[in-house]
Amino acid sequence: MTATRIGWMIATLAGLMATNSAHAALDDVIDRAISPLSDALSAAIFYEIPLPFVDQGVPFIVAWLVVAAVVFTIYFGFINLRAMKHAFGLIRGRYTPPDAVGEVTHFQALATALSGTVGLGNIAGVAIAVSLGGPGATFWMILAGLLSMSTKFAECTLGVKYRNEYADGTVSGGPMYYLSKGVAEQYPSLKLFGKLLAVVFAVFCIGGAIGAGAMFQTNQAFSQLVNVTGGETSPLNGYGWLFGLAIAFLVGMVIIGGIKSIARVTAKIVPTMAVIYVVAGLTVILFNIDQVPAAFGMIIQGAFQPEGVAGGLIGVLILGFRRAAFSNEAGVGSAAIAHSAVRTDKPVTEGLVALYEPFVDTVVICTITALVIIITGSLVGSEGIAGVELTSRAFESAISWFPLVLLVAVLLFAFSTTIAWSYYGLKSWTYLVGEGKNKELLFKFAVLPSIVVGASINLTSVMDFADGMILAMALPNLIGVYLLAPVVKRELKAYWSDYKAGRLPTYD
Amino acid sequence: MSLYLVGIDGSSGGERALEAAADLAQRSGAELLITYVIAWSPFSFSTPEENAERHRRREQELSIAREKLLEPVSRRLTEQGIKLQVSVTHGHPARTLLNLADQHQASMIIIGRSGDTPLKTRFFGGTAAALTQSATCPVVIVP
Repeated sequence: MTATRIGWMIATLAGLMATNSAHAALDDVIDRAISPLSDALSAAIFYEIPLPFVDQGVPFIVAWLVVAAVVFTIYFGFINLRAMKHAFGLIRGRYTPPDAVGEVTHFQALATALSGTVGLGNIAGVAIAVSLGGPGATFWMILAGLLSMSTKFAECTLGVKYRNEYADGTVSGGPMYYLSKGVAEQYPSLKLFGKLLAVVFAVFCIGGAIGAGAMFQTNQAFSQLVNVTGGETSPLNGYGWLFGLAIAFLVGMVIIGGIKSIARVTAKIVPTMAVIYVVAGLTVILFNIDQVPAAFGMIIQGAFQPEGVAGGLIGVLILGFRRAAFSNEAGVGSAAIAHSAVRTDKPVTEGLVALYEPFVDTVVICTITALVIIITGSLVGSEGIAGVELTSRAFESAISWFPLVLLVAVLLFAFSTTIAWSYYGLKSWTYLVGEGKNKELLFKFAVLPSIVVGASINLTSVMDFADGMILAMALPNLIGVYLLAPVVKRELKAYWSDYKAGRLPTYD
Repeated sequence: MSLYLVGIDGSSGGERALEAAADLAQRSGAELLITYVIAWSPFSFSTPEENAERHRRREQELSIAREKLLEPVSRRLTEQGIKLQVSVTHGHPARTLLNLADQHQASMIIIGRSGDTPLKTRFFGGTAAALTQSATCPVVIVP
């Protein structure tokens, strides 16, 4: 029954998109409706804070995220470095009691969160950073990735600590819950303020899910599809709506039809694709191992003495930091929703496990992409090529058939990110309006048309809006994390002294 | 008193293993430990929605296994005068059975030959094959 309902809805949409005039009109209507909003949001989020002595300013949101990462790294005593070994033990299941078999493990929570963040940012975002900022951007990207591990640690610990556990055994967690429950518990006088932060977060998260999750992902996936099949001359050119319909149908099958098998297959294929990508990248690097020292030399030199980059050192630094922030989403709060499903009575453990998320996403995968681009010399003469195309070209120069694999990877990453974000959006939606089958259905039906719209039109304003929404989530989220950081520190102190004293039981 | 570990999985192969085990137990007076292992790995991949519902799912899986599979079996064999315990748990089937056998110092493991799908058996080796390779007690494989 649900399938026919989805089919019916999609047929209606198809009718809407079929004629070119309707297409153009829709294009226009959406553009005009969203422009003022997105312009205002972008202006606020990307407001450039002027710096002394240089022309280049820092976009507000980048400063916001990086300052938080530095503050938390210092406040938690370089937890990002000192806890890596222990966190690996947690992921391996060394500290999981045997009677927890069948529950969500640390590994599973981490893998699920990773499949929501590993995606276009790692493939396209890095290429953008390197093509604009030169090899040196990689250095700042890695540094930002390492620092943002501390932010992720704090938000994921809070996500587990203040989650809701319902009588039927399901859990709901994430910034909405720690912003309202946590702030109210720690600062009774700020109860209303916490609630406000939670509501603002939820609203931005819904916008992010629809804009950046559904629209942006499908849009980028389709543009890669067109690129690989011949660019301007591609027979698919102009059939974005058809592609959108297909994706919307698949997503609908998963989130409305409850066809778990599609989701499960994706959940299994996406990590495989990530592994294939990493192995391919390492292979290219290994084949050119003699150039690796030179590449690192370029990265270090480019980081401190960039040539021909707007804004000089600061310009490169901002590019690297910005791409890292976009890629691993530390501070945005989305991952805290996914991590909070783990089964543990010690919230800190999941925070420690979450350290590996920016590490894998930014420090490992993004660096591999950057190295491949630099080593293959694809940067030379790459004017006018950016994003996925540049990465695709770099891999192609070493492995001729790789662009096809990359296409499959991009499609799958886009699909899984859309599914993951629709879940984040749904959780925010139910936080606002309450749980209930019909209320959930309403949100899920809102996601589908936005997929079709995202694939069929090319609206910069919509994309800006989506980016703005996602990054705006970091405003209420990080205010809350700052307020609740002492809670995390207390928990960490107690847990760490247990660990150091060997009081944590191990099982292996 | 000796104890035989019986692995069942709801398949006809498991059912035949159970019959054979009941027969052996009746003759020797041994106790049976009838086990159902729900295949599960701590390193599998899942969606956020599955994770959020995992705890409830787990309880459901356990109670269905108990009510639909283990309780009827337990009633039937108890009526035949066989002394038995039952257990249901998540995990890797072969590894879990081996652990249980060690824990309870089972003197024999009895299991059906086919339970896994043919394809899975071909690639990963069946549970029965894994048991014969690593068990520290006799293993009876029922065709």
